[in-house]
Amino acid sequence: MTLAKHETQIEANPDLPTIEITREFDAPPDRVFRAWTDPDLFARWIGPRSVETQIEHWDARTGGSWRYSNTRNGEPLASFYGSFHEVRPNERLVQTFTWEGAPDGVSLEIMTLEELEGGRTRLRSLSVVESMEVRDAILQSGMEVGVIEGYEKLDELLAQD
Amino acid sequence: MTAPDEQLNRAFAALADPTRRSIVARLTRGDATVGELAEPHDMTIQAISKHVRVLEESGLVSRRREAQRRPCHLEAEVLDLMIGWIERYRRAAEERFRRLDAVLEQMATTENGVAQEQKGAAS
Repeated sequence: MTLAKHETQIEANPDLPTIEITREFDAPPDRVFRAWTDPDLFARWIGPRSVETQIEHWDARTGGSWRYSNTRNGEPLASFYGSFHEVRPNERLVQTFTWEGAPDGVSLEIMTLEELEGGRTRLRSLSVVESMEVRDAILQSGMEVGVIEGYEKLDELLAQD
Repeated sequence: MTAPDEQLNRAFAALADPTRRSIVARLTRGDATVGELAEPHDMTIQAISKHVRVLEESGLVSRRREAQRRPCHLEAEVLDLMIGWIERYRRAAEERFRRLDAVLEQMATTENGVAQEQKGAAS
């Protein structure tokens, strides 16, 4: 399969409860890292456009924690929280992630940034969850409200073709 | 959970095994008997037969009567469902990353502007 240079690649390991995402960006690692760790910048891209992201707590340091909520037209949709397990500037970001709707569930998100030629970056994000069932449920339904809404918007878009 | 979801769960569970994945890979090239499927594996026909049964239960594989043979057939529809599932997730991630692309572009513009005007100003 030939993909455009920016297309996201997803790998769901058949033997491990993981999801691996690979994507390249036309920006150097320090900028990608900042877009991920600066709360104002993060809030601008993480959710779909129809959803507002309110950062409630954000301490992007090793050992720090974070929490944010999504609303649409002022109506609460979902909240997420976790810790910043490791913040290694411009190279590596390790976080835990919990959706408050399933408080016993937690995923470990390991993100690495690799500098490419021409001021570009390859991002690899590995999510590890508790079981194959949970992983498949995440793939199936979308872990965040944002992902689900993304599907819906996409389905609408595809339906127009 | 709806019926298609359950079918997908069973299909994913069935494919968690490397032997069964290899059987499915073989069947994408055409129908085959259990004996033919066993050939590349260092396993008894009975063991392969057990794997085929799991694949049958998952809906990924069907078997029909054909004289003495009962060839295994890959149900491409179920496989397509699974691929569609991952593809939807992938597109949702891609959509999010395109928003990140836009933010990165705006950051580049802002940074250049700041560098020219008032370097080091508190944001």
